Amino acid sequence: MIIVGELINASRKAITDSIKNRDVEAIQTVARQEHEAGAHYIDVNAGIFLDEEEDYIRWLVQTVQAVVEGPCSIDTPNPRAIEAGLSVHKGTPMINSISLESERYNNMIPFLAGTDCRIVALCMSDEGMPKTAEDRLRVAEKLVNRLVQDRIPLENIFVDPLIQPVSVDKTFGIEFLKAIALIKEKIAGVHTMCGASNISYGLPGRAFVNQTFMSMAIGMGLDGAIVNPLDKRMMGNIIAAEALAGRDNFCMNYIKAHRAGKFEF
Amino acid sequence: MDKDQLFEKLAAAVVDGAEEEAIALAKTSVADHIDPLEAIEKGLSRGMEIIGRRFECGDAYLPELLMAAAGFNAAMTVLKPEIEAQKKQIVKLGKVLIGTVKGDVHSIGKDIVTSVLDTGGFEVVDIGVDNPSLKIIQEAERSQADVIALSSMMTTTMPAQREVIERLKEMGLREKYFVIIGGGPVNQEWADRIGADGYGKSAIDAVALVKSLMAGKK
Repeated sequence: MIIVGELINASRKAITDSIKNRDVEAIQTVARQEHEAGAHYIDVNAGIFLDEEEDYIRWLVQTVQAVVEGPCSIDTPNPRAIEAGLSVHKGTPMINSISLESERYNNMIPFLAGTDCRIVALCMSDEGMPKTAEDRLRVAEKLVNRLVQDRIPLENIFVDPLIQPVSVDKTFGIEFLKAIALIKEKIAGVHTMCGASNISYGLPGRAFVNQTFMSMAIGMGLDGAIVNPLDKRMMGNIIAAEALAGRDNFCMNYIKAHRAGKFEF
Repeated sequence: MDKDQLFEKLAAAVVDGAEEEAIALAKTSVADHIDPLEAIEKGLSRGMEIIGRRFECGDAYLPELLMAAAGFNAAMTVLKPEIEAQKKQIVKLGKVLIGTVKGDVHSIGKDIVTSVLDTGGFEVVDIGVDNPSLKIIQEAERSQADVIALSSMMTTTMPAQREVIERLKEMGLREKYFVIIGGGPVNQEWADRIGADGYGKSAIDAVALVKSLMAGKK
C-alpha cells in the first residue's frame, strides 16, 4: 500500500499560516511526523495562494526534503508550480493530479511526458464527473492510454476513480468501490489511489465513515491512499484490511504492526 | 382536519422528507379547496425553513436537507397544476442564474444550492458546468436574472469568478446584478478581494444571502 501523507495542505488553517510565515520548523515537524508514521510520499499543496503558488511549492519541496529522506507528492494542476517543484525535487516525485480535462491535460503533460514521475490520474473529463463505475472505467482507459502514449509507464500511473459524497446520492460509495475493482481488472498493472475524506462530506462522525470506506476500498483492490498518517485508527484499518484482502504474507505486516503498538489507540 | 392542522402536517412531511405523505396531504388540501399558494407558504416553505434552521445549527445533516427538498418537490407535483388551473402565479422572490465557472466541471455543490434556492422561493436558472464568463453574462441578460451565482470547486478555477465580475464591469453591467460566489476553496476573503456581493458557505447560507441582497435590491 502506497501511503501519501496529506497534512501539508494550504487549505488547512495551521498550514496556511506556516506557509505564509515561511515557518521552516513547523513544516518540517509535520513532514517528519508523517514520514515516521509510514507515509511514502509527503504531499505538498499551496493551491489557495494562486499567484504565489509556484514559489511556495518550490519552498515546500526543499523544506520537506531537507529533513525527510523520501519523495514528495506535488499537489497541483498548475504547470508552473509543477515545474518549480520538479526543479528542486530530489528523487522521483508523485504528481497529484492530472485528468482527462483537455486544458488540464495539455498544460501539464509537457512537464511530465517521458519522465519517471508517479502520476495520479483523476477520472474527470470535459464531459464532467463520472457517475457510475462504467463511466469511471471509460475515463480511466482513455486517460491511461494517453499517458502511456506520452511515455508514462503504466506502473507509474495511479488512477483515482473520484470519490463523491455518499450524503448526496446513496450510490456514490458503491459505484466508486465497483470502479476500483473494474479498473484493476481491465487495466492490469495500473495502480489505484484515492483520498478518504470526500466520501463523508455532509455526514456527522466523518472519521468513522472514512475509515470504514478505506477498508472497503482496499477489499476491492485499492493500493494507494492519500490520508492523514497520524490518524492511528486509519493506519491500523489499512494494515488490517490489507491482511484481510490477501495482501499480507503470513499476516506478518499485521503482526509486526501489533507488536509495534499500532493498534493501541 | 382544519387548515392549520393540514399546514402543520405538510410542514412536518417536508421536514421528514416523507414524499408519499406530502403528496397525500397536498391532494387533501386541493380536495378541501385550500388555496394552493397558502399551502405552499404556510406548509411546504415552513417545513424547509425548519429543516434549514436545524441544518444551520448542526442538528440536521445534508441528506436530511436533500430529503426535505424531495418532500417539497413531491407535494409541488400536486400543487403546481392546481395553481395553473386556478390561473394563479407563484410570486418568486427573485431570479438567480447559477453555474459552475469555466474549466470546472463540478456540479454537486451547485446542484444542492439550486435545489435549496428553488425550494426557498427563488426562480433558479441553472446553466450547468464549465461556463465561459461571457456565456454566463449572456445567459444572465437573456433570463433577466437579479443574481448571478458562481460556483468554483478548485483553486485553479477561482480566478474565473473574478473574471466574470471584471467582464461585467467592462460591459457596464456590474451594477445590474448581484454576484455571489461559493464552492469548496472559496471564502469571504476571496469574495471581498474580487468585489463579489456575497459568499455563502452552505446552501442554506445562500438562501439567506440572496434574501438579504434582494431586500436591498439594486
